[in-house]
Amino acid sequence: MNLAVNNQSLVLALGLVMIALAIGWHEKLGIDRDMIIGVVRAVIQLFVVGYLLKYVFRLNNVWLTAILILIIIFNAGYNAKQRSNGIPRALPISIGAILISTTVTLGVLMLAGAIKFIPSQMIPISGMIASNSMVAIGLCYRNLNAQFKQERQAVLEKLALGADLKDASKEILRDSIKTGMQPTIDSAKTVGIVSLPGMMSGLIFAGVDPVRAIKYQIMVTFMLMSATSIGSVLACYWAYRGFYNERKQLTI
Amino acid sequence: MSLITLKNVGYRVDQTPILTDINLTIDAREWVTIAGPSGSGKSTLVRIIASLLSKTSGELVFDGQPIESYDPIVYRRRVSYSFQQPTLFGNTVRDNLAFPYQIRQLSFDEERAITGLEYVGLTASDLDKAVNDLSGGQRQRVALLRNVMIYPEVLILDEVTAGLDAENKAFVWSMIQHFNQDDGLTIIAITHDQEEIDAAKRLITIEDGRLVGGSL
Repeated sequence: MNLAVNNQSLVLALGLVMIALAIGWHEKLGIDRDMIIGVVRAVIQLFVVGYLLKYVFRLNNVWLTAILILIIIFNAGYNAKQRSNGIPRALPISIGAILISTTVTLGVLMLAGAIKFIPSQMIPISGMIASNSMVAIGLCYRNLNAQFKQERQAVLEKLALGADLKDASKEILRDSIKTGMQPTIDSAKTVGIVSLPGMMSGLIFAGVDPVRAIKYQIMVTFMLMSATSIGSVLACYWAYRGFYNERKQLTI
Repeated sequence: MSLITLKNVGYRVDQTPILTDINLTIDAREWVTIAGPSGSGKSTLVRIIASLLSKTSGELVFDGQPIESYDPIVYRRRVSYSFQQPTLFGNTVRDNLAFPYQIRQLSFDEERAITGLEYVGLTASDLDKAVNDLSGGQRQRVALLRNVMIYPEVLILDEVTAGLDAENKAFVWSMIQHFNQDDGLTIIAITHDQEEIDAAKRLITIEDGRLVGGSL
Protein backbone atom coordinates (compact mmCIF):
# COMPACT_ATOMS: atom_id res chain seq x y z
CA MET A 1 0.00 0.00 0.00
CA ASN A 2 1.35 3.43 -0.87
CA LEU A 3 -1.61 5.44 0.50
CA ALA A 4 -0.52 8.50 2.42
CA VAL A 5 -3.78 9.94 3.76
CA ASN A 6 -3.43 10.49 7.48
CA ASN A 7 -5.35 12.66 9.91
CA GLN A 8 -2.95 15.54 9.42
CA SER A 9 -3.30 15.52 5.65
CA LEU A 10 -7.09 15.33 6.02
CA VAL A 11 -7.10 18.46 8.16
CA LEU A 12 -4.99 20.23 5.53
CA ALA A 13 -7.36 19.01 2.81
CA LEU A 14 -10.13 20.74 4.74
CA GLY A 15 -8.69 23.85 3.08
CA LEU A 16 -10.48 22.65 -0.10
CA VAL A 17 -13.79 23.00 1.72
CA MET A 18 -12.75 26.52 2.70
CA ILE A 19 -12.37 27.36 -0.99
CA ALA A 20 -15.92 26.16 -1.65
CA LEU A 21 -17.18 28.09 1.38
CA ALA A 22 -15.39 31.23 0.27
CA ILE A 23 -16.95 31.01 -3.19
CA GLY A 24 -20.38 30.44 -1.65
CA TRP A 25 -19.95 33.41 0.68
CA HIS A 26 -18.53 35.73 -1.98
CA GLU A 27 -21.24 34.91 -4.53
CA LYS A 28 -23.96 35.07 -1.84
CA LEU A 29 -25.20 31.59 -2.83
CA GLY A 30 -26.74 31.11 0.61
CA ILE A 31 -25.53 27.54 0.78
CA ASP A 32 -22.76 27.90 3.41
CA ARG A 33 -24.96 26.32 6.10
CA ASP A 34 -25.84 23.39 3.84
CA MET A 35 -22.20 22.98 2.89
CA ILE A 36 -21.01 22.91 6.51
CA ILE A 37 -23.76 20.45 7.48
CA GLY A 38 -22.85 18.34 4.45
CA VAL A 39 -19.17 18.24 5.32
CA VAL A 40 -19.77 17.47 9.02
CA ARG A 41 -22.27 14.73 8.15
CA ALA A 42 -19.94 13.20 5.57
CA VAL A 43 -17.05 13.09 8.07
CA ILE A 44 -19.14 11.60 10.89
CA GLN A 45 -20.98 9.07 8.67
CA LEU A 46 -17.77 7.88 7.03
CA PHE A 47 -15.91 7.52 10.34
CA VAL A 48 -18.82 5.52 11.80
CA VAL A 49 -18.98 3.33 8.70
CA GLY A 50 -15.21 2.90 8.71
CA TYR A 51 -15.11 1.60 12.29
CA LEU A 52 -18.28 -0.46 11.78
CA LEU A 53 -16.87 -2.12 8.66
CA LYS A 54 -13.57 -2.81 10.42
CA TYR A 55 -15.49 -4.58 13.20
CA VAL A 56 -17.70 -6.52 10.78
CA PHE A 57 -14.79 -7.58 8.60
CA ARG A 58 -12.90 -8.85 11.64
CA LEU A 59 -15.95 -10.74 12.91
CA ASN A 60 -16.51 -12.32 9.44
CA ASN A 61 -19.94 -13.67 10.37
CA VAL A 62 -22.27 -14.87 7.59
CA TRP A 63 -25.47 -13.75 9.31
CA LEU A 64 -24.18 -10.33 10.23
CA THR A 65 -23.03 -9.84 6.63
CA ALA A 66 -26.45 -10.91 5.33
CA ILE A 67 -28.22 -8.54 7.74
CA LEU A 68 -26.04 -5.62 6.67
CA ILE A 69 -26.78 -6.37 3.00
CA LEU A 70 -30.50 -6.41 3.80
CA ILE A 71 -30.17 -3.06 5.58
CA ILE A 72 -28.43 -1.62 2.51
CA ILE A 73 -31.24 -2.97 0.30
CA PHE A 74 -33.95 -1.58 2.59
CA ASN A 75 -32.33 1.85 2.67
CA ALA A 76 -31.94 1.85 -1.11
CA GLY A 77 -35.58 0.80 -1.50
CA TYR A 78 -36.74 3.51 0.87
CA ASN A 79 -34.78 6.12 -1.05
CA ALA A 80 -36.11 4.95 -4.42
CA LYS A 81 -39.64 5.13 -3.00
CA GLN A 82 -39.06 8.82 -2.23
CA ARG A 83 -38.85 9.41 -5.99
CA SER A 84 -42.16 7.66 -6.64
CA ASN A 85 -44.37 10.72 -6.19
CA GLY A 86 -47.45 8.84 -5.07
CA ILE A 87 -47.17 5.62 -7.10
CA PRO A 88 -49.09 3.03 -5.02
CA ARG A 89 -47.09 0.32 -3.20
CA ALA A 90 -43.81 2.01 -4.17
CA LEU A 91 -41.96 0.85 -1.03
CA PRO A 92 -42.52 -2.93 -1.42
CA ILE A 93 -41.98 -2.58 -5.19
CA SER A 94 -38.68 -0.74 -4.70
CA ILE A 95 -37.39 -3.10 -2.03
CA GLY A 96 -38.47 -6.15 -4.04
CA ALA A 97 -36.86 -4.90 -7.25
CA ILE A 98 -33.59 -3.98 -5.51
CA LEU A 99 -33.56 -7.23 -3.52
CA ILE A 100 -33.95 -9.36 -6.65
CA SER A 101 -31.57 -7.33 -8.81
CA THR A 102 -28.92 -7.41 -6.06
CA THR A 103 -29.37 -11.10 -5.27
CA VAL A 104 -29.25 -12.22 -8.90
CA THR A 105 -26.20 -10.09 -9.66
CA LEU A 106 -24.33 -11.17 -6.51
CA GLY A 107 -25.30 -14.78 -7.18
CA VAL A 108 -23.86 -14.74 -10.69
CA LEU A 109 -20.67 -13.04 -9.50
CA MET A 110 -20.25 -15.67 -6.77
CA LEU A 111 -20.94 -18.57 -9.13
CA ALA A 112 -18.41 -17.10 -11.53
CA GLY A 113 -15.91 -17.03 -8.69
CA ALA A 114 -15.42 -13.27 -9.06
CA ILE A 115 -16.30 -12.59 -5.43
CA LYS A 116 -16.57 -14.65 -2.23
CA PHE A 117 -19.16 -14.48 0.51
CA ILE A 118 -16.91 -12.56 2.88
CA PRO A 119 -17.96 -9.18 4.33
CA SER A 120 -15.07 -7.20 2.84
CA GLN A 121 -16.24 -8.16 -0.65
CA MET A 122 -19.98 -8.64 -0.23
CA ILE A 123 -20.79 -5.40 1.57
CA PRO A 124 -19.09 -2.89 -0.76
CA ILE A 125 -20.27 -4.74 -3.88
CA SER A 126 -23.85 -4.97 -2.56
CA GLY A 127 -23.75 -1.25 -1.85
CA MET A 128 -22.63 -0.48 -5.41
CA ILE A 129 -25.27 -2.72 -6.93
CA ALA A 130 -28.10 -1.54 -4.67
CA SER A 131 -27.30 2.14 -5.11
CA ASN A 132 -27.20 1.88 -8.90
CA SER A 133 -30.43 -0.10 -8.89
CA MET A 134 -31.92 2.55 -6.62
CA VAL A 135 -31.00 5.40 -8.97
CA ALA A 136 -32.34 3.45 -11.96
CA ILE A 137 -35.65 2.73 -10.21
CA GLY A 138 -35.99 6.37 -9.14
CA LEU A 139 -35.56 7.42 -12.78
CA CYS A 140 -38.13 4.82 -13.83
CA TYR A 141 -40.68 6.23 -11.38
CA ARG A 142 -40.11 9.77 -12.50
CA ASN A 143 -40.49 8.79 -16.12
CA LEU A 144 -43.62 6.71 -15.47
CA ASN A 145 -45.27 9.67 -13.75
CA ALA A 146 -44.26 12.11 -16.48
CA GLN A 147 -45.24 9.80 -19.34
CA PHE A 148 -48.62 8.79 -17.96
CA LYS A 149 -49.44 12.50 -17.64
CA GLN A 150 -48.10 13.39 -21.06
CA GLU A 151 -49.54 10.38 -22.88
CA ARG A 152 -52.83 10.34 -20.97
CA GLN A 153 -54.97 10.88 -24.08
CA ALA A 154 -53.22 8.13 -26.06
CA VAL A 155 -53.56 5.69 -23.15
CA LEU A 156 -57.28 6.53 -22.83
CA GLU A 157 -57.80 5.93 -26.54
CA LYS A 158 -56.03 2.58 -26.39
CA LEU A 159 -58.21 1.55 -23.46
CA ALA A 160 -61.30 2.74 -25.32
CA LEU A 161 -60.34 0.46 -28.21
CA GLY A 162 -60.23 -2.49 -25.82
CA ALA A 163 -56.50 -2.71 -25.16
CA ASP A 164 -55.50 -4.43 -21.92
CA LEU A 165 -53.42 -2.47 -19.43
CA LYS A 166 -50.13 -3.82 -20.72
CA ASP A 167 -50.90 -2.95 -24.34
CA ALA A 168 -52.15 0.49 -23.33
CA SER A 169 -48.94 1.16 -21.35
CA LYS A 170 -46.42 -0.60 -23.61
CA GLU A 171 -44.67 2.49 -25.03
CA ILE A 172 -44.54 4.14 -21.60
CA LEU A 173 -43.08 1.00 -20.03
CA ARG A 174 -40.48 0.66 -22.75
CA ASP A 175 -39.49 4.30 -22.46
CA SER A 176 -39.29 4.16 -18.65
CA ILE A 177 -37.15 1.01 -18.57
CA LYS A 178 -34.84 2.62 -21.10
CA THR A 179 -34.62 5.78 -18.99
CA GLY A 180 -33.68 3.71 -15.93
CA MET A 181 -30.88 1.94 -17.76
CA GLN A 182 -29.58 4.90 -19.75
CA PRO A 183 -27.06 6.31 -17.21
CA THR A 184 -25.42 2.88 -16.84
CA ILE A 185 -25.24 2.41 -20.59
CA ASP A 186 -23.85 5.94 -21.08
CA SER A 187 -21.20 5.49 -18.44
CA ALA A 188 -20.29 2.06 -19.86
CA LYS A 189 -19.71 3.74 -23.21
CA THR A 190 -17.37 6.37 -21.77
CA VAL A 191 -15.68 4.37 -19.02
CA GLY A 192 -11.92 4.82 -19.24
CA ILE A 193 -12.26 7.61 -21.83
CA VAL A 194 -14.05 10.25 -19.80
CA SER A 195 -13.87 8.92 -16.28
CA LEU A 196 -11.80 6.41 -14.37
CA PRO A 197 -14.52 5.08 -12.12
CA GLY A 198 -14.35 4.67 -8.36
CA MET A 199 -13.50 0.99 -8.13
CA MET A 200 -10.67 1.21 -10.65
CA SER A 201 -9.33 4.55 -9.37
CA GLY A 202 -9.35 3.22 -5.81
CA LEU A 203 -7.37 0.14 -6.75
CA ILE A 204 -4.84 2.10 -8.81
CA PHE A 205 -4.57 4.62 -5.99
CA ALA A 206 -3.89 1.79 -3.57
CA GLY A 207 -1.05 0.58 -5.79
CA VAL A 208 -2.71 -2.21 -7.76
CA ASP A 209 -1.44 -2.83 -11.32
CA PRO A 210 -3.80 -0.92 -13.71
CA VAL A 211 -4.25 -4.02 -15.89
CA ARG A 212 -5.54 -5.86 -12.85
CA ALA A 213 -7.62 -2.87 -11.79
CA ILE A 214 -9.44 -2.68 -15.14
CA LYS A 215 -10.52 -6.31 -14.81
CA TYR A 216 -12.36 -5.36 -11.65
CA GLN A 217 -13.86 -2.38 -13.46
CA ILE A 218 -15.04 -4.61 -16.29
CA MET A 219 -16.73 -6.82 -13.70
CA VAL A 220 -18.35 -3.73 -12.15
CA THR A 221 -19.61 -2.57 -15.56
CA PHE A 222 -21.19 -5.96 -16.21
CA MET A 223 -22.75 -6.17 -12.79
CA LEU A 224 -24.22 -2.66 -12.96
CA MET A 225 -25.77 -3.45 -16.36
CA SER A 226 -27.47 -6.46 -14.87
CA ALA A 227 -28.52 -4.68 -11.67
CA THR A 228 -30.04 -1.65 -13.37
CA SER A 229 -31.79 -3.67 -16.07
CA ILE A 230 -33.34 -6.13 -13.61
CA GLY A 231 -34.26 -3.33 -11.20
CA SER A 232 -35.81 -1.16 -13.93
CA VAL A 233 -37.81 -3.95 -15.55
CA LEU A 234 -39.22 -5.23 -12.26
CA ALA A 235 -40.03 -1.79 -10.85
CA CYS A 236 -41.72 -0.61 -14.07
CA TYR A 237 -43.78 -3.78 -14.52
CA TRP A 238 -44.87 -3.79 -10.88
CA ALA A 239 -45.55 -0.06 -10.71
CA TYR A 240 -47.51 0.70 -13.90
CA ARG A 241 -50.66 -1.05 -12.72
CA GLY A 242 -50.85 1.55 -9.96
CA PHE A 243 -51.92 4.08 -12.57
CA TYR A 244 -55.16 2.15 -13.12
CA ASN A 245 -58.03 1.22 -10.81
CA GLU A 246 -59.67 -2.18 -10.38
CA ARG A 247 -62.08 -1.38 -13.26
CA LYS A 248 -59.00 -0.96 -15.49
CA GLN A 249 -59.56 2.77 -15.83
CA LEU A 250 -56.75 5.31 -15.91
CA THR A 251 -56.75 7.19 -12.62
CA ILE A 252 -54.32 9.96 -13.48
CA MET B 1 -84.90 -6.20 -25.21
CA SER B 2 -82.92 -3.03 -24.74
CA LEU B 3 -79.18 -3.20 -25.21
CA ILE B 4 -78.22 -0.51 -22.70
CA THR B 5 -80.29 0.52 -19.67
CA LEU B 6 -79.33 3.25 -17.20
CA LYS B 7 -81.32 3.42 -13.96
CA ASN B 8 -80.82 6.47 -11.76
CA VAL B 9 -77.20 6.71 -12.79
CA GLY B 10 -75.23 9.40 -10.96
CA TYR B 11 -71.63 10.52 -10.97
CA ARG B 12 -70.03 12.81 -8.47
CA VAL B 13 -66.49 13.99 -7.86
CA ASP B 14 -66.02 14.42 -4.10
CA GLN B 15 -69.32 16.12 -3.21
CA THR B 16 -69.93 17.80 -6.56
CA PRO B 17 -72.61 16.08 -8.65
CA ILE B 18 -71.69 15.89 -12.33
CA LEU B 19 -74.57 13.62 -13.36
CA THR B 20 -77.83 13.08 -11.45
CA ASP B 21 -80.53 10.44 -11.86
CA ILE B 22 -79.96 9.52 -15.47
CA ASN B 23 -82.60 7.10 -16.76
CA LEU B 24 -82.14 5.97 -20.31
CA THR B 25 -82.85 2.94 -22.45
CA ILE B 26 -81.10 2.35 -25.75
CA ASP B 27 -82.08 -0.48 -28.11
CA ALA B 28 -79.74 -2.38 -30.38
CA ARG B 29 -79.22 -0.69 -33.77
CA GLU B 30 -80.56 2.60 -32.48
CA TRP B 31 -78.90 5.92 -33.28
CA VAL B 32 -79.08 8.26 -30.31
CA THR B 33 -77.89 11.84 -30.54
CA ILE B 34 -76.95 13.61 -27.32
CA ALA B 35 -76.95 17.40 -27.23
CA GLY B 36 -76.52 20.00 -24.51
CA PRO B 37 -74.31 22.91 -23.48
CA SER B 38 -70.59 22.53 -22.76
CA GLY B 39 -69.90 21.21 -19.28
CA SER B 40 -73.38 19.71 -18.95
CA GLY B 41 -72.02 16.18 -18.41
CA LYS B 42 -72.43 14.70 -21.91
CA SER B 43 -68.87 13.38 -22.14
CA THR B 44 -69.01 12.04 -18.59
CA LEU B 45 -72.20 10.15 -19.43
CA VAL B 46 -70.80 8.50 -22.54
CA ARG B 47 -67.50 7.73 -20.81
CA ILE B 48 -69.45 5.89 -18.14
CA ILE B 49 -71.27 3.94 -20.87
CA ALA B 50 -67.84 3.21 -22.44
CA SER B 51 -66.51 1.97 -19.05
CA LEU B 52 -63.76 4.59 -19.06
CA LEU B 53 -65.30 6.00 -15.87
CA SER B 54 -67.37 4.25 -13.21
CA LYS B 55 -70.72 5.68 -12.13
CA THR B 56 -70.91 6.47 -8.43
CA SER B 57 -74.59 5.52 -8.07
CA GLY B 58 -77.41 3.77 -9.93
CA GLU B 59 -77.35 0.83 -12.30
CA LEU B 60 -76.04 0.32 -15.80
CA VAL B 61 -77.15 -2.84 -17.56
CA PHE B 62 -75.59 -3.93 -20.86
CA ASP B 63 -77.04 -6.85 -22.80
CA GLY B 64 -78.94 -8.07 -19.74
CA GLN B 65 -76.01 -7.98 -17.31
CA PRO B 66 -74.80 -5.25 -14.95
CA ILE B 67 -71.68 -3.53 -16.31
CA GLU B 68 -69.69 -4.65 -13.26
CA SER B 69 -70.08 -8.28 -14.32
CA TYR B 70 -68.06 -7.70 -17.51
CA ASP B 71 -64.30 -7.63 -17.74
CA PRO B 72 -63.73 -3.97 -18.73
CA ILE B 73 -61.39 -4.95 -21.58
CA VAL B 74 -63.89 -7.38 -23.11
CA TYR B 75 -66.68 -4.84 -22.63
CA ARG B 76 -64.74 -2.04 -24.36
CA ARG B 77 -64.25 -4.26 -27.39
CA ARG B 78 -68.05 -4.43 -27.65
CA VAL B 79 -68.70 -0.79 -26.76
CA SER B 80 -66.14 1.33 -28.59
CA TYR B 81 -65.53 5.01 -27.89
CA SER B 82 -64.18 7.50 -30.40
CA PHE B 83 -62.72 10.77 -29.17
CA GLN B 84 -62.95 14.33 -30.34
CA GLN B 85 -59.53 15.25 -31.79
CA PRO B 86 -58.15 11.73 -31.63
CA THR B 87 -54.51 10.84 -31.08
CA LEU B 88 -53.05 8.59 -33.73
CA PHE B 89 -50.55 5.99 -32.49
CA GLY B 90 -47.09 5.13 -33.79
CA ASN B 91 -45.78 6.45 -37.09
CA THR B 92 -48.03 5.31 -39.90
CA VAL B 93 -51.68 4.76 -40.75
CA ARG B 94 -50.92 1.04 -40.68
CA ASP B 95 -49.80 1.23 -37.02
CA ASN B 96 -53.27 2.55 -36.19
CA LEU B 97 -55.37 0.19 -38.25
CA ALA B 98 -53.32 -2.80 -37.06
CA PHE B 99 -53.71 -1.86 -33.39
CA PRO B 100 -57.14 -3.51 -32.88
CA TYR B 101 -55.67 -6.75 -34.27
CA GLN B 102 -52.50 -6.55 -32.18
CA ILE B 103 -54.37 -6.22 -28.91
CA ARG B 104 -56.46 -9.29 -29.79
CA GLN B 105 -53.40 -11.26 -30.94
CA LEU B 106 -54.92 -11.53 -34.42
CA SER B 107 -53.08 -11.12 -37.69
CA PHE B 108 -53.71 -7.81 -39.44
CA ASP B 109 -56.39 -7.97 -42.13
CA GLU B 110 -54.67 -5.76 -44.68
CA GLU B 111 -57.36 -6.28 -47.30
CA ARG B 112 -60.03 -5.02 -44.95
CA ALA B 113 -57.84 -2.05 -44.06
CA ILE B 114 -57.43 -1.14 -47.75
CA THR B 115 -61.16 -1.52 -48.40
CA GLY B 116 -61.76 0.73 -45.39
CA LEU B 117 -59.25 3.32 -46.53
CA GLU B 118 -60.79 3.41 -50.01
CA TYR B 119 -64.22 3.73 -48.46
CA VAL B 120 -63.12 6.79 -46.47
CA GLY B 121 -61.57 8.45 -49.51
CA LEU B 122 -57.95 7.38 -48.97
CA THR B 123 -55.95 4.88 -50.99
CA ALA B 124 -54.04 1.66 -50.42
CA SER B 125 -50.77 3.58 -50.58
CA ASP B 126 -51.91 5.72 -47.66
CA LEU B 127 -51.54 2.65 -45.44
CA ASP B 128 -47.87 3.46 -45.02
CA LYS B 129 -48.34 7.21 -44.94
CA ALA B 130 -46.93 8.98 -41.87
CA VAL B 131 -49.71 10.07 -39.53
CA ASN B 132 -48.12 13.52 -39.30
CA ASP B 133 -48.76 14.01 -43.02
CA LEU B 134 -52.53 13.57 -42.67
CA SER B 135 -54.95 16.50 -42.64
CA GLY B 136 -57.35 16.99 -39.72
CA GLY B 137 -60.22 15.41 -41.66
CA GLN B 138 -58.06 12.46 -42.71
CA ARG B 139 -56.92 11.91 -39.12
CA GLN B 140 -60.51 11.77 -37.93
CA ARG B 141 -61.42 9.29 -40.70
CA VAL B 142 -58.47 7.04 -39.86
CA ALA B 143 -59.33 7.22 -36.15
CA LEU B 144 -62.93 6.28 -36.85
CA LEU B 145 -61.82 3.47 -39.11
CA ARG B 146 -59.58 2.25 -36.27
CA ASN B 147 -62.66 1.93 -34.05
CA VAL B 148 -64.46 -0.25 -36.59
CA MET B 149 -61.64 -2.40 -38.04
CA ILE B 150 -63.14 -5.12 -35.88
CA TYR B 151 -66.77 -4.23 -35.44
CA PRO B 152 -68.01 -3.32 -31.98
CA GLU B 153 -71.72 -3.55 -31.18
CA VAL B 154 -71.95 0.01 -29.95
CA LEU B 155 -70.01 2.96 -31.32
CA ILE B 156 -69.84 6.03 -29.10
CA LEU B 157 -68.84 9.23 -30.88
CA ASP B 158 -67.77 12.22 -28.80
CA GLU B 159 -68.15 15.23 -31.12
CA VAL B 160 -66.20 13.53 -33.85
CA THR B 161 -67.26 16.09 -36.45
CA ALA B 162 -66.31 19.13 -34.36
CA GLY B 163 -63.67 21.26 -36.02
CA LEU B 164 -64.06 19.58 -39.43
CA ASP B 165 -64.91 21.52 -42.57
CA ALA B 166 -68.28 21.00 -44.27
CA GLU B 167 -66.92 18.45 -46.72
CA ASN B 168 -65.22 16.31 -44.07
CA LYS B 169 -68.21 16.63 -41.79
CA ALA B 170 -70.52 15.30 -44.49
CA PHE B 171 -68.09 12.48 -45.15
CA VAL B 172 -67.81 11.39 -41.53
CA TRP B 173 -71.60 11.69 -41.22
CA SER B 174 -72.10 9.34 -44.15
CA MET B 175 -69.62 6.88 -42.60
CA ILE B 176 -71.65 6.81 -39.39
CA GLN B 177 -74.86 6.34 -41.37
CA HIS B 178 -73.32 3.36 -43.11
CA PHE B 179 -72.21 1.79 -39.81
CA ASN B 180 -75.69 2.19 -38.38
CA GLN B 181 -77.89 1.30 -41.34
CA ASP B 182 -75.87 -1.25 -43.26
CA ASP B 183 -73.85 -2.86 -40.49
CA GLY B 184 -76.33 -2.58 -37.62
CA LEU B 185 -74.08 -0.79 -35.12
CA THR B 186 -75.75 1.03 -32.26
CA ILE B 187 -74.63 4.66 -32.36
CA ILE B 188 -74.46 7.10 -29.45
CA ALA B 189 -73.23 10.44 -30.72
CA ILE B 190 -72.58 13.69 -28.87
CA THR B 191 -72.86 16.75 -31.05
CA HIS B 192 -73.07 20.53 -30.98
CA ASP B 193 -73.82 20.72 -34.69
CA GLN B 194 -77.31 22.08 -35.37
CA GLU B 195 -77.66 20.18 -38.64
CA GLU B 196 -76.86 16.91 -36.89
CA ILE B 197 -79.30 17.77 -34.09
CA ASP B 198 -82.04 18.55 -36.62
CA ALA B 199 -81.39 15.29 -38.44
CA ALA B 200 -81.28 13.18 -35.27
CA LYS B 201 -83.38 10.04 -35.26
CA ARG B 202 -83.62 10.19 -31.50
CA LEU B 203 -82.44 13.27 -29.65
CA ILE B 204 -81.61 13.50 -25.96
CA THR B 205 -80.77 16.77 -24.27
CA ILE B 206 -78.72 17.07 -21.14
CA GLU B 207 -78.31 20.13 -18.94
CA ASP B 208 -76.55 20.50 -15.59
CA GLY B 209 -76.05 16.75 -15.38
CA ARG B 210 -79.72 15.87 -15.89
CA LEU B 211 -81.65 14.63 -18.90
CA VAL B 212 -84.03 17.46 -19.68
CA GLY B 213 -85.52 16.75 -23.04
CA GLY B 214 -85.81 14.80 -26.21
CA SER B 215 -87.17 11.30 -26.55
CA LEU B 216 -86.23 9.66 -23.28
